[in-house]
Amino acid sequence: MINRTSYLTRSFDVPEGYLLAAYERSGGYRSAQRALGMPREIIVDQVKKAHLRGRGGAGFDCGVKWSFMPKDDARPHYLVVNADEGEPGTFKDRAIMEKNPHAVIEGALIAAHAMGAHTVYIYVRDELHMAKARLEAAIAEARALGYVGERPFGRPWAIQVFVHSGAGAYICGEETALLNSLEGRRGEPRLKPPFPAQCGAFGDPTTVNNLETIAIIPTVIELGGDAFSRLSALHDFNDGGVRLFGVSGHVQRPGLYECAVGLTLRELIYDLGGGVLGDRKLLAVIPGGSSCPVLRADEMVHVLGDPRFAPYDGKSVLDLPLGVDTLRTIGGMLGTCCAIVLSDAADPVLALATLMHFYRHESCGQCTPCREGCGWIERILDKLVAGRASMEELDRLTEIASDITGNTICAFGDGAAQPVLSFVRKFRREFEDYVLTGGRSQTRTLVA
Amino acid sequence: MEFALSAELERELDAIIARYPNRMAACIPALHLCQRANGDWVSPAVVDYVAKRLDLPAAHVEGLVTFYSLFNQERPGEHQVWVCRTLSCALRGADTLLAHCEKKLGVKVGGTTGDRRVTLRTAECLASCGTAPMIQVDQEYHENLTIAELDRILDRLLYED
Ligand SMILES: Cc1cc2nc3c(=O)[nH]c(=O)nc-3n(C[C@H](O)[C@H](O)[C@H](O)COP(=O)(O)O)c2cc1C
Ligand code: FES
Repeated sequence: MINRTSYLTRSFDVPEGYLLAAYERSGGYRSAQRALGMPREIIVDQVKKAHLRGRGGAGFDCGVKWSFMPKDDARPHYLVVNADEGEPGTFKDRAIMEKNPHAVIEGALIAAHAMGAHTVYIYVRDELHMAKARLEAAIAEARALGYVGERPFGRPWAIQVFVHSGAGAYICGEETALLNSLEGRRGEPRLKPPFPAQCGAFGDPTTVNNLETIAIIPTVIELGGDAFSRLSALHDFNDGGVRLFGVSGHVQRPGLYECAVGLTLRELIYDLGGGVLGDRKLLAVIPGGSSCPVLRADEMVHVLGDPRFAPYDGKSVLDLPLGVDTLRTIGGMLGTCCAIVLSDAADPVLALATLMHFYRHESCGQCTPCREGCGWIERILDKLVAGRASMEELDRLTEIASDITGNTICAFGDGAAQPVLSFVRKFRREFEDYVLTGGRSQTRTLVA
Repeated sequence: MEFALSAELERELDAIIARYPNRMAACIPALHLCQRANGDWVSPAVVDYVAKRLDLPAAHVEGLVTFYSLFNQERPGEHQVWVCRTLSCALRGADTLLAHCEKKLGVKVGGTTGDRRVTLRTAECLASCGTAPMIQVDQEYHENLTIAELDRILDRLLYED
């Protein structure tokens, strides 16, 4: 059963729904007003009860992350909102910024208060000019009413919110690269530890959260943590609330759909997405941005020893509720929850080649396995597509990807390796066909 | 060639610097501001200007300009066209859009038309996958693009003003 909701998206179709007046008409800023009068521990506790898993890709529990911020530390504290949105296939944060920017500001006020921060930076990738303009305008409106500034809602705790523009680098979405970029350095990831909560922006305690994570915070306060969590079909998996589900590629109705956590891929593709483009057969889905392992349409769920999986055991992967831990348990990843759909018109070898061009281009070059490995992988795939690669080279793909995994400073390396490892294993026949016949029996195209 | 900002942009830059606990953090915003004021590229004079204004070594500023892909080290055409080539757009026909741009503009990716009106580039996923295929023209997105619409856009860039 699909449980569509509209907490984040109710303003999306309202004319000028991005203005403060529209936001306040639907109850906006009441959560901030309440929350800023609450002790910070209570807010963190509500967010913990909400089982709000970070929407940026890793799915870390938001309340737990906030509780890492030091309490009696005289240094300035920072909240940094990650709106670098560069993960291929992902287009949710941009929509929130353009159509509901005040939810971001309100969430940021609550989060800043809960973490003892006076300053919020929203790091937006440079290309999103409309999004930045809407955020700037929203901040100006909120400042004019005193919601942002010296005494938000009359409380003696100043909160300033600034938009900071990136300059074209996917790696700056990684939180420590983002912090370097914010500080005016090259966007190269930092070694952890120290973690941002101890030593983040400008060496001070910092929390980095995805923009959607922050934008849903007013809803958490409005409903209360537990009630928010229970909206989800995966409350028992500690994966609460509602989120944006995106779908792109070969579906009839690509787009964003706000639903309770626990939607299935079948519901996303066939019900919300209107089915596969051109009524073709579904070949594969990348569930949440290109760094997640690809799922074949004919994969089955097999999980032993966890009674929570009993209802799905032996069923199609398309019927497994989408959640951070449900996908992790089957060896997949939910990532950003924006699915890329491939019909059987699409050639999986070309799909991987397209993706690996991206990773080669975006590797920051700091770690050798990633910098060199992504280049080697791209070159072998180019040869493969041209029908000039050997079986040994095909096997080298897997070897190189395995050697990147776990051997880099940041998770970019794993993100680059996952598509290679999963595509080559799950579409072995198609890859071998390129070695043996130059891909003669493949579609040799990506378009449906 | 010397580079300087207008008095108004100088004030804007001061306001930007004030947002951060140190001057280095203003470096990327400062480069954006100056690039725009300089016909969309970061010339050596811009690097020197930003370095001096923010009290940073020129090598630091140079390091940012080479790291971030949206700082142009050469003057681009009057308009810049980016065709998103990443998977969601590729599944919706990005290749055809790109080929059409190359043919109509008479340049390859990275090239600028002879009259310097348009520079053609490819982009990686621009967070518009649900409305693929798409291109960015200067600061504007054009989504759910058909060849006919692309044609009209390119015509405007090439022949209007
Ligand atoms: C290569 C790479 C790129 C990333 N890009 C983004 C991004 O564009 N936006 C984002 O929110 N998180 C991105 N992340 C995840 C962040 O590092 C971080 O986990 C996230 O912003 C935390 O927010 P959350 O806990 O609210 O999800 C990226 C991670 C990696 C390794
Ligand atoms: S793939 Fe083109 S916008 Fe995402």
